[in-house]
Amino acid sequence: MAESGKWEPKILAFLCNWCSYAGADLAGTSRIQYPPNVRIIRVPCSGRVSPFFILSSLQKGVDGVLVSGCHPGECHYLTGNYSARRKFALLKSLLEFAGVEESRVQFSWVSASEGARFAKLIEKVTAEIRELGPSKRLVKTPHQGVFHATANK
Amino acid sequence: MQQLTNEIRAIARKLLREKKVEVVIGFERGSMPLRSRPCFIRKEEEVNRLFWDGFCENALAVYLPKRKERAAIVAKGCDSRAVVELIKEKQVQRDRVILIGVPCRGMVDRSRIESSAAPRRILEMREIEDTLILRGTDFEETLKRSEFLHESCKTCTHPNPVLHDVLVSEWLEEKNEDPFADIQTFDALTAEERWDYLNKEVDKCIRCYACRNACPLCYCPECFVDASLPQWIGKSIDSSDTMIFHLMRAYHLAGRCVSCGACERACPVGVDIRKLNRKLVKDVKDLFGYEAGLNLEQTSPLATFRPDDTESFIVNP
Ligand code: SF4
Ligand code: SF4
Repeated sequence: MAESGKWEPKILAFLCNWCSYAGADLAGTSRIQYPPNVRIIRVPCSGRVSPFFILSSLQKGVDGVLVSGCHPGECHYLTGNYSARRKFALLKSLLEFAGVEESRVQFSWVSASEGARFAKLIEKVTAEIRELGPSKRLVKTPHQGVFHATANK
Repeated sequence: MQQLTNEIRAIARKLLREKKVEVVIGFERGSMPLRSRPCFIRKEEEVNRLFWDGFCENALAVYLPKRKERAAIVAKGCDSRAVVELIKEKQVQRDRVILIGVPCRGMVDRSRIESSAAPRRILEMREIEDTLILRGTDFEETLKRSEFLHESCKTCTHPNPVLHDVLVSEWLEEKNEDPFADIQTFDALTAEERWDYLNKEVDKCIRCYACRNACPLCYCPECFVDASLPQWIGKSIDSSDTMIFHLMRAYHLAGRCVSCGACERACPVGVDIRKLNRKLVKDVKDLFGYEAGLNLEQTSPLATFRPDDTESFIVNP
């Protein structure tokens, strides 16, 4: 929630240590402005991102998830992002099939030298998720009543 | 049917007598009409328990992983595909299993027969070629077998065993028309409608995990639904937990599901489990050109990649 009380999308970004995280860093050190809606989690490789990370994030109520790694062919571990690409292609298709809005979960590649691309990516993703509004599908609703009171603390 | 039964018995007898295997996994007549159940034959004297009819629907490959004995398994098309995947995933050793292949004309959906006969009770059933003769206390009725097949059997493209050591009966003609019409129709609905439909299905789920237990490809020693460190999905009845269970169950079977339908048949509350599984079967075929369980050589789609794999979903700002 922004200070004004207006809804602001909360976006979780899983960025690989070697490219996209460094790209985000470059955007920062180069003083490139991008929307403050994104919270970054650094992962060793886009191949490390389990579909559980993505679904759990949505369940806990983030409005969008972004995963970004090195461009194909530039993975620090040589093939991590290639494997990830296959996994993500299926996950994305499955989520859409199940009716989760298309732009809720997004994937991209950003290299360490692409600070400007990172900023543009965050702008695009934030705008799209803002357009969608708050996430509702897959969000866990806190239970009412004594029985569940502690379970959802 | 009697002929198939006899052939299976003869093969089992020979295998046990020659000590080629220690156990033959097949089906025996259940204690109720319209039911056949898995059985484990270890002695030559017991081979006459083995039986074959249109109700041998369980995916027997589920009994192979972790089995210490050398086993023979009666395998329909789907069972043989499951064994192929299990061999590829190193859960079964090729030289420790003998497949008794049975070309399959599809298994009959008991519940549909029962509801067509209701409220009368069926006391006896005989299967001759494509007819089922039902008998109750005061009725006798003949049904056409092929009209009462399981959903998974209606869309089956591989009724013949893809891998077998001995073959029972004759090779059947395989139909190769696109079996994914249902998925395309569903995909054409709006996201809202798809979400609502699946949510309604998933809301029936009581999380008994019978679908997982019946699946020949679900063999993890610790399933994600049981894991507690970290606990990826809650044990609650919140529909998000159940939905995530279903999404992830299907996802874990991507490129591995052999479309045997065992999961759906095991479900006590009739959740439409097939939708998500089949969507992924279709995607894996369309995107990576892979169909599970068809040969021992092709690498599993998620264990490999191609530099020119699809990029269409990648955001390019
Ligand atoms: S997911 Fe269902 S259809 Fe697929 S292999 Fe497992 S039991 Fe068979
Ligand atoms: S068998 Fe049916 S009720 Fe049981 S966990 Fe699977 S879908 Fe849910």
